[in-house]
Amino acid sequence: MNGKLPADTLAVAPPGTEPAPQEPLEEKVSTFRLVATLAVAGILAGILIALVNQHTKPIIDAYRAQQLRLAVYEVLPAAATYNTFYLLDGMLSSTLPEGAKESDYKRVYAGYDEAGEPVGVAVSRGESGFQDVILVIFGFDPASNTLSGMKVLESKETPGLGDKIFKDQAWVDQFFDGPQTPLVPVKPGSGKGLPGEIDTITGATISTKAVIAIINNALAEWEPVLEGGIPEEGTQP
Amino acid sequence: MPRITTPSQDLIRGIWDENPVLIQMLGLCPALAVTNTVKNALAMSAATFFVICCSSVLVSSCKRFIPKEVRISSYILVIATFVTLADMMLQAYAPVQHKELGAFIALIVVNCMILGRQEAFSSRHTVFRSLLDAIGTGIGFTIALLMMGGFREILGTGTFFDIPLFGPNFEPWVVFVLPAGGFLTLGFIILAMGYYEERKAERVEQSERTA
Repeated sequence: MNGKLPADTLAVAPPGTEPAPQEPLEEKVSTFRLVATLAVAGILAGILIALVNQHTKPIIDAYRAQQLRLAVYEVLPAAATYNTFYLLDGMLSSTLPEGAKESDYKRVYAGYDEAGEPVGVAVSRGESGFQDVILVIFGFDPASNTLSGMKVLESKETPGLGDKIFKDQAWVDQFFDGPQTPLVPVKPGSGKGLPGEIDTITGATISTKAVIAIINNALAEWEPVLEGGIPEEGTQP
Repeated sequence: MPRITTPSQDLIRGIWDENPVLIQMLGLCPALAVTNTVKNALAMSAATFFVICCSSVLVSSCKRFIPKEVRISSYILVIATFVTLADMMLQAYAPVQHKELGAFIALIVVNCMILGRQEAFSSRHTVFRSLLDAIGTGIGFTIALLMMGGFREILGTGTFFDIPLFGPNFEPWVVFVLPAGGFLTLGFIILAMGYYEERKAERVEQSERTA
Protein backbone atom coordinates (compact mmCIF):
# COMPACT_ATOMS: atom_id res chain seq x y z
CA MET A 1 0.00 0.00 0.00
CA ASN A 2 0.96 3.62 0.01
CA GLY A 3 2.85 3.54 3.26
CA LYS A 4 1.47 6.80 4.53
CA LEU A 5 -1.64 6.87 6.60
CA PRO A 6 -4.08 9.59 5.64
CA ALA A 7 -4.38 12.34 8.17
CA ASP A 8 -7.46 12.38 10.35
CA THR A 9 -8.20 8.70 10.04
CA LEU A 10 -8.54 8.12 13.75
CA ALA A 11 -12.25 8.18 13.09
CA VAL A 12 -13.19 4.72 14.21
CA ALA A 13 -10.48 4.20 16.82
CA PRO A 14 -11.81 1.88 19.52
CA PRO A 15 -12.52 3.40 22.91
CA GLY A 16 -9.47 3.37 25.10
CA THR A 17 -7.02 4.22 22.33
CA GLU A 18 -8.21 7.80 22.21
CA PRO A 19 -5.51 10.35 22.89
CA ALA A 20 -5.42 11.33 26.54
CA PRO A 21 -7.45 14.47 27.26
CA GLN A 22 -5.43 17.66 27.61
CA GLU A 23 -6.87 18.73 30.95
CA PRO A 24 -6.86 16.23 33.77
CA LEU A 25 -10.45 14.97 33.71
CA GLU A 26 -13.01 17.64 32.94
CA GLU A 27 -15.88 17.92 35.34
CA LYS A 28 -18.43 15.24 34.60
CA VAL A 29 -21.36 16.27 32.44
CA SER A 30 -24.62 15.57 34.17
CA THR A 31 -26.74 12.71 32.89
CA PHE A 32 -29.59 15.16 32.50
CA ARG A 33 -27.61 17.19 30.00
CA LEU A 34 -26.75 14.11 27.97
CA VAL A 35 -30.37 13.03 27.81
CA ALA A 36 -31.54 16.57 27.11
CA THR A 37 -29.08 17.01 24.24
CA LEU A 38 -30.18 13.84 22.56
CA ALA A 39 -33.84 14.58 23.21
CA VAL A 40 -33.63 18.04 21.68
CA ALA A 41 -31.72 16.70 18.70
CA GLY A 42 -34.29 13.94 18.28
CA ILE A 43 -37.22 16.35 18.41
CA LEU A 44 -35.61 18.65 15.86
CA ALA A 45 -34.86 15.69 13.59
CA GLY A 46 -38.45 14.50 13.88
CA ILE A 47 -39.86 17.91 12.99
CA LEU A 48 -37.56 18.20 9.98
CA ILE A 49 -38.51 14.76 8.69
CA ALA A 50 -42.21 15.43 9.19
CA LEU A 51 -41.99 18.67 7.22
CA VAL A 52 -40.22 17.10 4.27
CA ASN A 53 -42.51 14.08 4.37
CA GLN A 54 -45.53 16.36 4.12
CA HIS A 55 -44.07 17.77 0.95
CA THR A 56 -42.90 14.53 -0.71
CA LYS A 57 -45.70 12.14 0.26
CA PRO A 58 -48.30 13.40 -2.23
CA ILE A 59 -45.71 13.22 -5.03
CA ILE A 60 -44.78 9.66 -4.08
CA ASP A 61 -48.42 8.56 -3.81
CA ALA A 62 -49.31 10.16 -7.12
CA TYR A 63 -46.41 8.39 -8.81
CA ARG A 64 -47.46 5.03 -7.34
CA ALA A 65 -51.05 5.51 -8.47
CA GLN A 66 -49.90 6.46 -11.94
CA GLN A 67 -47.62 3.42 -12.18
CA LEU A 68 -50.52 1.20 -11.15
CA ARG A 69 -52.84 2.79 -13.70
CA LEU A 70 -50.31 2.26 -16.48
CA ALA A 71 -49.74 -1.34 -15.38
CA VAL A 72 -53.48 -2.13 -15.39
CA TYR A 73 -53.86 -0.84 -18.96
CA GLU A 74 -50.73 -2.74 -19.99
CA VAL A 75 -51.99 -6.13 -18.81
CA LEU A 76 -55.56 -5.47 -20.04
CA PRO A 77 -54.74 -4.26 -23.57
CA ALA A 78 -58.42 -4.23 -24.59
CA ALA A 79 -59.51 -2.02 -21.71
CA ALA A 80 -60.45 1.62 -22.21
CA THR A 81 -61.44 2.24 -18.61
CA TYR A 82 -61.22 0.29 -15.39
CA ASN A 83 -62.88 0.15 -12.06
CA THR A 84 -61.56 -1.01 -8.69
CA PHE A 85 -63.54 -3.67 -6.83
CA TYR A 86 -62.86 -4.72 -3.27
CA LEU A 87 -63.46 -8.15 -1.82
CA LEU A 88 -66.07 -7.86 0.93
CA ASP A 89 -67.26 -11.17 2.45
CA GLY A 90 -66.60 -13.07 -0.78
CA MET A 91 -68.44 -10.48 -2.89
CA LEU A 92 -67.08 -7.77 -5.13
CA SER A 93 -67.98 -4.27 -4.15
CA SER A 94 -66.94 -1.02 -5.73
CA THR A 95 -67.34 0.87 -2.49
CA LEU A 96 -65.85 0.30 0.91
CA PRO A 97 -67.77 0.39 4.18
CA GLU A 98 -67.65 3.71 5.98
CA GLY A 99 -64.29 4.41 7.62
CA ALA A 100 -62.55 1.32 6.25
CA LYS A 101 -58.94 1.54 5.21
CA GLU A 102 -58.38 0.84 1.52
CA SER A 103 -55.16 -1.05 2.07
CA ASP A 104 -56.90 -3.64 4.29
CA TYR A 105 -58.91 -5.10 1.40
CA LYS A 106 -57.97 -7.35 -1.48
CA ARG A 107 -59.00 -5.93 -4.80
CA VAL A 108 -59.25 -6.50 -8.53
CA TYR A 109 -59.24 -3.96 -11.32
CA ALA A 110 -62.02 -4.74 -13.79
CA GLY A 111 -61.40 -3.41 -17.29
CA TYR A 112 -64.09 -2.33 -19.81
CA ASP A 113 -63.85 -1.58 -23.50
CA GLU A 114 -65.23 1.53 -25.21
CA ALA A 115 -68.77 0.11 -25.21
CA GLY A 116 -68.59 -0.57 -21.49
CA GLU A 117 -68.39 -4.33 -21.93
CA PRO A 118 -66.12 -6.09 -19.41
CA VAL A 119 -62.90 -7.39 -21.00
CA GLY A 120 -61.18 -8.92 -17.98
CA VAL A 121 -59.72 -8.22 -14.58
CA ALA A 122 -56.23 -7.23 -13.46
CA VAL A 123 -54.98 -8.81 -10.25
CA SER A 124 -51.77 -8.05 -8.40
CA ARG A 125 -50.13 -10.41 -5.99
CA GLY A 126 -46.72 -10.79 -4.33
CA GLU A 127 -44.94 -13.96 -3.28
CA SER A 128 -41.39 -15.03 -2.56
CA GLY A 129 -39.09 -15.35 -5.52
CA PHE A 130 -35.40 -16.17 -5.40
CA GLN A 131 -34.22 -13.09 -3.46
CA ASP A 132 -37.25 -11.32 -2.17
CA VAL A 133 -40.93 -10.89 -2.83
CA ILE A 134 -41.86 -10.60 -6.49
CA LEU A 135 -44.92 -8.41 -7.04
CA VAL A 136 -46.77 -9.25 -10.22
CA ILE A 137 -49.87 -7.81 -11.88
CA PHE A 138 -51.65 -9.76 -14.61
CA GLY A 139 -54.76 -9.50 -16.71
CA PHE A 140 -57.24 -12.37 -16.76
CA ASP A 141 -60.40 -12.98 -18.75
CA PRO A 142 -62.73 -15.19 -16.68
CA ALA A 143 -65.03 -15.80 -19.69
CA SER A 144 -62.36 -17.69 -21.65
CA ASN A 145 -59.96 -18.55 -18.80
CA THR A 146 -57.04 -16.92 -20.57
CA LEU A 147 -54.43 -14.38 -19.58
CA SER A 148 -54.18 -11.08 -21.39
CA GLY A 149 -50.87 -9.87 -20.00
CA MET A 150 -48.40 -9.83 -17.13
CA LYS A 151 -46.07 -7.24 -15.64
CA VAL A 152 -43.57 -7.49 -12.82
CA LEU A 153 -44.15 -4.51 -10.53
CA GLU A 154 -41.43 -5.15 -7.97
CA SER A 155 -38.57 -7.59 -7.85
CA LYS A 156 -35.05 -7.81 -6.45
CA GLU A 157 -34.10 -10.88 -8.49
CA THR A 158 -30.43 -11.39 -9.37
CA PRO A 159 -29.26 -8.95 -12.05
CA GLY A 160 -28.39 -10.79 -15.25
CA LEU A 161 -30.17 -14.00 -14.22
CA GLY A 162 -33.47 -13.77 -12.33
CA ASP A 163 -34.21 -10.28 -13.60
CA LYS A 164 -35.00 -11.84 -16.97
CA ILE A 165 -38.56 -12.21 -15.63
CA PHE A 166 -39.04 -8.58 -16.67
CA LYS A 167 -36.13 -8.01 -19.05
CA ASP A 168 -36.60 -11.00 -21.39
CA GLN A 169 -39.23 -9.82 -23.86
CA ALA A 170 -39.82 -13.29 -25.36
CA TRP A 171 -40.75 -14.62 -21.93
CA VAL A 172 -43.02 -11.68 -21.12
CA ASP A 173 -44.72 -11.96 -24.51
CA GLN A 174 -45.88 -15.49 -23.70
CA PHE A 175 -48.33 -14.01 -21.19
CA PHE A 176 -49.76 -11.65 -23.76
CA ASP A 177 -50.46 -14.50 -26.20
CA GLY A 178 -53.54 -15.53 -24.23
CA PRO A 179 -52.36 -18.72 -22.52
CA GLN A 180 -55.02 -20.93 -20.92
CA THR A 181 -55.03 -21.12 -17.15
CA PRO A 182 -53.83 -22.80 -15.02
CA LEU A 183 -50.35 -22.20 -16.37
CA VAL A 184 -47.87 -25.05 -16.64
CA PRO A 185 -44.15 -24.29 -16.49
CA VAL A 186 -42.13 -26.31 -19.02
CA LYS A 187 -38.46 -26.41 -19.92
CA PRO A 188 -37.83 -24.54 -23.16
CA GLY A 189 -38.18 -26.93 -26.09
CA SER A 190 -39.82 -29.72 -24.14
CA GLY A 191 -43.37 -28.42 -24.31
CA LYS A 192 -46.10 -30.52 -25.92
CA GLY A 193 -47.87 -27.56 -27.41
CA LEU A 194 -50.71 -27.64 -24.87
CA PRO A 195 -52.48 -24.36 -24.12
CA GLY A 196 -51.21 -22.94 -20.85
CA GLU A 197 -47.62 -24.03 -21.25
CA ILE A 198 -45.09 -21.32 -20.43
CA ASP A 199 -41.43 -21.81 -21.30
CA THR A 200 -39.22 -21.10 -18.30
CA ILE A 201 -35.85 -19.39 -18.76
CA THR A 202 -32.64 -21.30 -18.27
CA GLY A 203 -30.70 -19.57 -15.50
CA ALA A 204 -33.84 -18.04 -14.07
CA THR A 205 -35.74 -21.25 -13.33
CA ILE A 206 -36.73 -20.34 -9.78
CA SER A 207 -37.77 -16.81 -10.65
CA THR A 208 -39.82 -17.83 -13.69
CA LYS A 209 -41.52 -20.68 -11.82
CA ALA A 210 -42.28 -18.26 -9.00
CA VAL A 211 -44.06 -15.89 -11.39
CA ILE A 212 -46.15 -18.75 -12.78
CA ALA A 213 -46.97 -19.97 -9.28
CA ILE A 214 -48.01 -16.48 -8.20
CA ILE A 215 -50.48 -16.26 -11.09
CA ASN A 216 -51.88 -19.74 -10.49
CA ASN A 217 -52.27 -19.10 -6.75
CA ALA A 218 -53.95 -15.78 -7.35
CA LEU A 219 -56.38 -17.37 -9.81
CA ALA A 220 -57.16 -20.22 -7.42
CA GLU A 221 -58.16 -17.56 -4.90
CA TRP A 222 -60.09 -15.28 -7.26
CA GLU A 223 -61.77 -17.69 -9.67
CA PRO A 224 -64.62 -18.60 -7.28
CA VAL A 225 -65.29 -14.91 -6.75
CA LEU A 226 -65.21 -14.14 -10.47
CA GLU A 227 -67.43 -17.08 -11.45
CA GLY A 228 -70.47 -14.84 -11.36
CA GLY A 229 -68.90 -12.69 -14.07
CA ILE A 230 -67.35 -9.27 -13.88
CA PRO A 231 -69.71 -6.67 -12.42
CA GLU A 232 -71.06 -4.01 -14.75
CA GLU A 233 -69.15 -0.81 -15.04
CA GLY A 234 -70.08 1.24 -12.02
CA THR A 235 -70.60 4.91 -11.72
CA GLN A 236 -67.20 5.30 -10.16
CA PRO A 237 -64.77 7.31 -12.28
CA MET B 1 1.55 18.09 16.08
CA PRO B 2 -1.03 20.17 14.27
CA ARG B 3 -0.44 20.34 10.56
CA ILE B 4 -1.09 23.63 8.85
CA THR B 5 -3.45 23.20 5.95
CA THR B 6 -4.92 25.72 3.59
CA PRO B 7 -8.61 25.62 2.67
CA SER B 8 -7.80 24.30 -0.78
CA GLN B 9 -5.96 21.39 0.80
CA ASP B 10 -9.05 20.60 2.86
CA LEU B 11 -10.97 20.37 -0.36
CA ILE B 12 -8.48 18.52 -2.54
CA ARG B 13 -7.27 15.99 0.02
CA GLY B 14 -10.40 13.84 -0.09
CA ILE B 15 -10.69 13.82 -3.86
CA TRP B 16 -7.63 11.73 -4.68
CA ASP B 17 -4.77 11.51 -2.17
CA GLU B 18 -7.06 10.34 0.58
CA ASN B 19 -9.90 9.08 -1.58
CA PRO B 20 -12.40 7.58 0.88
CA VAL B 21 -13.05 4.43 -1.13
CA LEU B 22 -9.85 3.76 -3.03
CA ILE B 23 -7.28 4.76 -0.39
CA GLN B 24 -9.04 4.76 2.98
CA MET B 25 -11.26 1.79 2.08
CA LEU B 26 -14.28 3.37 3.75
CA GLY B 27 -17.82 3.22 2.47
CA LEU B 28 -17.18 0.00 0.60
CA CYS B 29 -20.71 -1.36 1.10
CA PRO B 30 -22.39 1.06 -1.33
CA ALA B 31 -19.29 1.10 -3.54
CA LEU B 32 -19.64 -2.63 -4.09
CA ALA B 33 -23.40 -2.99 -3.95
CA VAL B 34 -24.92 -0.36 -6.20
CA THR B 35 -22.27 0.31 -8.83
CA ASN B 36 -23.63 -2.12 -11.41
CA THR B 37 -24.70 0.80 -13.59
CA VAL B 38 -23.45 4.37 -13.93
CA LYS B 39 -26.90 5.76 -13.18
CA ASN B 40 -27.15 3.91 -9.88
CA ALA B 41 -23.62 4.97 -8.96
CA LEU B 42 -24.52 8.58 -9.69
CA ALA B 43 -27.74 8.47 -7.65
CA MET B 44 -25.94 6.90 -4.71
CA SER B 45 -23.12 9.44 -4.94
CA ALA B 46 -25.58 12.34 -5.06
CA ALA B 47 -27.45 11.08 -1.99
CA THR B 48 -24.22 10.50 -0.09
CA PHE B 49 -22.87 13.90 -1.14
CA PHE B 50 -25.98 15.60 0.21
CA VAL B 51 -25.82 13.70 3.49
CA ILE B 52 -22.11 14.26 4.14
CA CYS B 53 -22.25 18.01 3.36
CA CYS B 54 -25.31 18.66 5.53
CA SER B 55 -24.03 16.50 8.37
CA SER B 56 -20.59 18.13 8.37
CA VAL B 57 -22.04 21.63 8.46
CA LEU B 58 -24.47 20.78 11.23
CA VAL B 59 -21.98 18.83 13.33
CA SER B 60 -19.27 21.49 13.07
CA SER B 61 -21.68 24.29 13.91
CA CYS B 62 -23.19 22.45 16.88
CA LYS B 63 -19.98 20.89 18.18
CA ARG B 64 -19.91 23.15 21.23
CA PHE B 65 -23.31 21.93 22.43
CA ILE B 66 -22.64 18.24 22.06
CA PRO B 67 -21.15 16.64 25.17
CA LYS B 68 -18.45 14.22 24.14
CA GLU B 69 -20.11 11.29 25.92
CA VAL B 70 -22.99 11.33 23.45
CA ARG B 71 -21.19 12.66 20.41
CA ILE B 72 -21.30 9.43 18.39
CA SER B 73 -25.04 9.00 19.03
CA SER B 74 -25.59 12.63 18.10
CA TYR B 75 -23.66 12.23 14.86
CA ILE B 76 -25.63 9.13 13.95
CA LEU B 77 -28.86 10.96 14.72
CA VAL B 78 -27.82 13.86 12.49
CA ILE B 79 -26.73 11.53 9.69
CA ALA B 80 -29.86 9.38 9.96
CA THR B 81 -32.05 12.47 9.70
CA PHE B 82 -30.41 13.62 6.49
CA VAL B 83 -30.45 10.11 5.07
CA THR B 84 -34.20 9.92 5.68
CA LEU B 85 -34.63 13.25 3.93
CA ALA B 86 -32.50 12.10 1.00
CA ASP B 87 -34.49 8.87 0.85
CA MET B 88 -37.83 10.68 0.69
CA MET B 89 -36.63 13.20 -1.86
CA LEU B 90 -35.15 10.53 -4.14
CA GLN B 91 -38.40 8.57 -3.90
CA ALA B 92 -40.36 11.65 -4.91
CA TYR B 93 -38.12 13.02 -7.65
CA ALA B 94 -36.17 10.00 -8.95
CA PRO B 95 -38.47 7.04 -8.27
CA VAL B 96 -36.82 4.73 -10.80
CA GLN B 97 -33.39 5.16 -9.24
CA HIS B 98 -34.88 4.89 -5.77
CA LYS B 99 -36.36 1.52 -6.68
CA GLU B 100 -33.05 0.29 -8.08
CA LEU B 101 -31.05 1.35 -5.03
CA GLY B 102 -33.60 -0.11 -2.62
CA ALA B 103 -32.33 -0.60 0.91
CA PHE B 104 -28.91 0.86 0.15
CA ILE B 105 -30.20 4.42 0.50
CA ALA B 106 -31.17 3.76 4.09
CA LEU B 107 -27.80 2.10 4.64
CA ILE B 108 -26.00 5.40 4.02
CA VAL B 109 -26.58 5.89 7.75
CA VAL B 110 -23.93 3.30 8.53
CA ASN B 111 -21.48 4.45 5.87
CA CYS B 112 -18.39 4.84 8.06
CA MET B 113 -16.94 7.33 5.62
CA ILE B 114 -19.55 9.88 6.73
CA LEU B 115 -19.32 9.08 10.43
CA GLY B 116 -15.54 9.13 10.11
CA ARG B 117 -15.47 12.65 8.71
CA GLN B 118 -17.73 13.90 11.51
CA GLU B 119 -15.59 12.37 14.25
CA ALA B 120 -12.21 13.09 12.70
CA PHE B 121 -12.78 16.46 11.10
CA SER B 122 -16.07 18.30 11.53
CA SER B 123 -16.13 17.92 15.31
CA ARG B 124 -12.85 19.80 15.63
CA HIS B 125 -12.78 22.31 12.77
CA THR B 126 -14.70 25.38 11.64
CA VAL B 127 -17.87 25.17 9.63
CA PHE B 128 -16.18 26.47 6.49
CA ARG B 129 -13.31 23.98 6.61
CA SER B 130 -15.68 21.14 7.45
CA LEU B 131 -17.82 21.96 4.45
CA LEU B 132 -14.77 22.00 2.18
CA ASP B 133 -13.63 18.70 3.61
CA ALA B 134 -17.09 17.21 3.11
CA ILE B 135 -17.28 18.43 -0.49
CA GLY B 136 -13.84 16.97 -1.20
CA THR B 137 -14.72 13.65 0.36
CA GLY B 138 -18.04 13.61 -1.47
CA ILE B 139 -16.35 14.25 -4.81
CA GLY B 140 -13.79 11.55 -4.08
CA PHE B 141 -16.57 9.10 -3.30
CA THR B 142 -18.37 10.10 -6.50
CA ILE B 143 -15.23 9.58 -8.59
CA ALA B 144 -14.64 6.14 -7.11
CA LEU B 145 -18.25 5.07 -7.64
CA LEU B 146 -18.36 6.38 -11.19
CA MET B 147 -15.13 4.55 -12.03
CA MET B 148 -16.59 1.33 -10.72
CA GLY B 149 -20.00 1.91 -12.24
CA GLY B 150 -18.55 2.71 -15.66
CA PHE B 151 -16.25 -0.30 -15.66
CA ARG B 152 -18.98 -2.68 -14.54
CA GLU B 153 -21.70 -1.36 -16.81
CA ILE B 154 -19.48 -1.37 -19.91
CA LEU B 155 -18.29 -4.93 -19.38
CA GLY B 156 -21.35 -6.32 -17.66
CA THR B 157 -24.08 -5.05 -19.94
CA GLY B 158 -22.18 -3.48 -22.85
CA THR B 159 -23.73 -0.06 -22.28
CA PHE B 160 -22.69 3.25 -20.78
CA PHE B 161 -25.46 5.36 -19.27
CA ASP B 162 -27.89 2.96 -21.01
CA ILE B 163 -26.36 3.76 -24.42
CA PRO B 164 -25.30 0.54 -26.18
CA LEU B 165 -21.60 0.70 -27.00
CA PHE B 166 -20.96 -2.52 -28.85
CA GLY B 167 -22.92 -4.20 -31.60
CA PRO B 168 -25.63 -6.76 -30.96
CA ASN B 169 -22.99 -9.52 -31.09
CA PHE B 170 -21.47 -8.41 -27.79
CA GLU B 171 -21.88 -11.07 -25.14
CA PRO B 172 -22.05 -9.25 -21.79
CA TRP B 173 -19.83 -10.47 -18.96
CA VAL B 174 -22.70 -10.94 -16.57
CA VAL B 175 -20.32 -11.56 -13.66
CA PHE B 176 -19.47 -7.86 -13.59
CA VAL B 177 -22.98 -6.77 -12.68
CA LEU B 178 -23.22 -9.49 -10.03
CA PRO B 179 -21.80 -8.87 -6.54
CA ALA B 180 -18.63 -10.81 -7.38
CA GLY B 181 -17.93 -8.33 -10.16
CA GLY B 182 -17.93 -5.51 -7.60
CA PHE B 183 -15.07 -7.09 -5.70
CA LEU B 184 -13.20 -7.89 -8.92
CA THR B 185 -13.58 -4.33 -10.19
CA LEU B 186 -12.48 -2.75 -6.91
CA GLY B 187 -9.48 -5.10 -6.87
CA PHE B 188 -8.49 -4.20 -10.42
CA ILE B 189 -8.80 -0.47 -9.77
CA ILE B 190 -6.72 -0.64 -6.60
CA LEU B 191 -4.17 -2.84 -8.37
CA ALA B 192 -3.85 -0.31 -11.18
CA MET B 193 -3.48 2.54 -8.69
CA GLY B 194 -0.85 0.64 -6.71
CA TYR B 195 1.10 -0.09 -9.88
CA TYR B 196 0.95 3.57 -10.88
CA GLU B 197 2.11 4.74 -7.44
CA GLU B 198 4.97 2.26 -7.48
CA ARG B 199 6.12 3.40 -10.91
CA LYS B 200 5.97 6.99 -9.72
CA ALA B 201 8.08 6.21 -6.67
CA GLU B 202 10.61 4.37 -8.86
CA ARG B 203 10.89 7.32 -11.20
CA VAL B 204 11.48 9.70 -8.30
CA GLU B 205 14.16 7.40 -6.92
CA GLN B 206 15.82 7.15 -10.30
CA SER B 207 15.88 10.85 -10.86
CA GLU B 208 17.33 11.33 -7.37
CA ARG B 209 20.09 8.84 -8.16
CA THR B 210 21.03 10.49 -11.43
CA ALA B 211 20.95 13.95 -9.94
